[in-house]
Amino acid sequence: MPDAISRPPSRLQRATDQVFRRLCQATAGLLLALVVFIVLRIATAGAPAMREFGLGFLTGTTWDPNQGRHAILPEIWGTLYTSVLGLLVGTVFGLAAAVFLAEGYLGQAVHRALTALKLELRPGWAQLPDRLEQLLRNLVELLAAIPSVVYGLWGIFVVIPMIRPAAVWLHANLGWVPLFGTSFSGPGVLPAVLVLGIMIMPTITAISRDALISVPPKLRMAAYGLGATRWETIFAVILPTAARGIFGGVVLAFGRALGETMALAMLVGNSNRISVSLFSPANTLAALLANSFPEAGPKQVAILMYAALVLLGITLLVNVIGAAILQRASRQLEGAR
Amino acid sequence: MPPDASAVVTQDLNPFAGIDFSRLERSLRRPRTLMGFLLDTLVTGTTALALFPLFSVVWMLAWRGGKRLSVAALTQLPPSPMEAGGGFGNAIVGSLFMVGVATLLTVPIGILTAVYLARDGGGRLAGAARFAAKVLTGFPSILAGVFAYGAVVLLTGSFSAIAGAIALGILMIPTIILTAEDALRAVPARMLEAAIGMGATPTQATWMVLLPTALPGILTGVMLAVARAAGETAPLIFTALFSNYWLVSHGHVAAMRPTASLAVLIFNFAGMPFDNQIELAWAAALVLVLMVLAANVVGQTLSRRQVTQ
Repeated sequence: MPDAISRPPSRLQRATDQVFRRLCQATAGLLLALVVFIVLRIATAGAPAMREFGLGFLTGTTWDPNQGRHAILPEIWGTLYTSVLGLLVGTVFGLAAAVFLAEGYLGQAVHRALTALKLELRPGWAQLPDRLEQLLRNLVELLAAIPSVVYGLWGIFVVIPMIRPAAVWLHANLGWVPLFGTSFSGPGVLPAVLVLGIMIMPTITAISRDALISVPPKLRMAAYGLGATRWETIFAVILPTAARGIFGGVVLAFGRALGETMALAMLVGNSNRISVSLFSPANTLAALLANSFPEAGPKQVAILMYAALVLLGITLLVNVIGAAILQRASRQLEGAR
Repeated sequence: MPPDASAVVTQDLNPFAGIDFSRLERSLRRPRTLMGFLLDTLVTGTTALALFPLFSVVWMLAWRGGKRLSVAALTQLPPSPMEAGGGFGNAIVGSLFMVGVATLLTVPIGILTAVYLARDGGGRLAGAARFAAKVLTGFPSILAGVFAYGAVVLLTGSFSAIAGAIALGILMIPTIILTAEDALRAVPARMLEAAIGMGATPTQATWMVLLPTALPGILTGVMLAVARAAGETAPLIFTALFSNYWLVSHGHVAAMRPTASLAVLIFNFAGMPFDNQIELAWAAALVLVLMVLAANVVGQTLSRRQVTQ
């Protein structure tokens, strides 16, 4: 057969093909094994502490290495408390930004600016709102790109001095409210929560915006056609339809907040106490690990591994729930289309 | 207007008869309009407020970090507490080294797994592997450090750059796999079918058609993963720890010794009471953010080149 364009693969090529396919399969298996190994490694390393402290580790409040007493209830409380409050901050800002991006505010703003300047709409300017939206989305994504240790640094030198006057005033005048019950000491729950909220906001904005945009246009048009105002449409039609997608995003952001380490380790105050006050220093599981691991002896390591396992369990649970909700949300919207 | 016979006639001629135009004017005195206006203002204001931190961070980095940034800061070793001057040259080298090793470790595994997921993605193993990658996406970064501590530091008996790189690699792998899978799936099926039709084995088609076509998308994922890893601190504080010395000295790479990194330097110096070290922390933060942004921008630029259907 003279130089044919195509010819069947040679035996060597077929063998290579088999080997390469097996290799790909093996790496996929390797990934699976890695995840299992990670969980097992942390669990076995924490086993001695689990045997020694049992479930009392989760319900006690003392952390005193000198007396050999270890329990992490204050850290569990601090993790959940800061995450929930941070989620609140992040959701308010993230959802507002998502509505702003998805509901045509930029087009309106451009239109107003052009009429105010008495400029005529030129063909090229029709893309202006889209460009602006792209720019705003990039700015929000930029918030997500800044490393958390930089947020920690910023929190120490900008956020804490900035909120100090307000915090001092609140404690002096409204000190009877439990939220403001302790005096402001710098690092504590409030600065940590604010920075945490900023850090998870991009996640919420991105997922919520996707959810809002994928609401079928006919629903929106129908609401406008019935005479609803923009906000009546948003509250009665768009948000309920997109609710599941938004909620899934919020749950995923919650998972991120639970595992967030550096900003919290720098801002939360690392104090082993349970308090609802926003100004009180606290501690979280991740911050405990970050601060205690570098100097831990063999026995402490086992205890910290146990704490890490608790953190792993909590975040895994939250993430699986969030992913499941998002998956169901996309299926539900497919039905509405 | 009273509904008598003449009115009916005029109504037929004038379609706007019987409409009270003053009722149709947009007025903030109406509760519906007022509510809408208030909510509009609230949303716009909240969005503007949400961007305040970004500008504040950028301003602080440029002002406090830029003030201290100099050739000396980029090339010298960290100062001891009471010392003046100094820099974070070894931390830059350490960060680059660890991220580089992590990339070398994870890119082959990530791409091969993505090829498997994109080509025979229906099976049980593929489903499980995809689930594992998604689980790793939400994996707290500190736990990657805990794992690397348990698996590498305890085993080798020393904090090391390798342990740090492995911890970073665990955080990079899911991004690489999931982006690469998407990029591979976006390659038009007809291109693959054409290659198969020419007599190529699936492997040849993968190497000569699939991977080159999807390369921009794959590299985007790699760069995003690099950007994330470069900024991570939590996995490094107790795997690579910190060091006041150079990673490479006398032509010898001390990969099994504690290693400095920019992120850990910022963490350590931020809590110090000495102005010189705090200023260095800001300068290091500026360098770190620029590095992360550079990686992000490269990734974004590449993703625009991607071939789509």
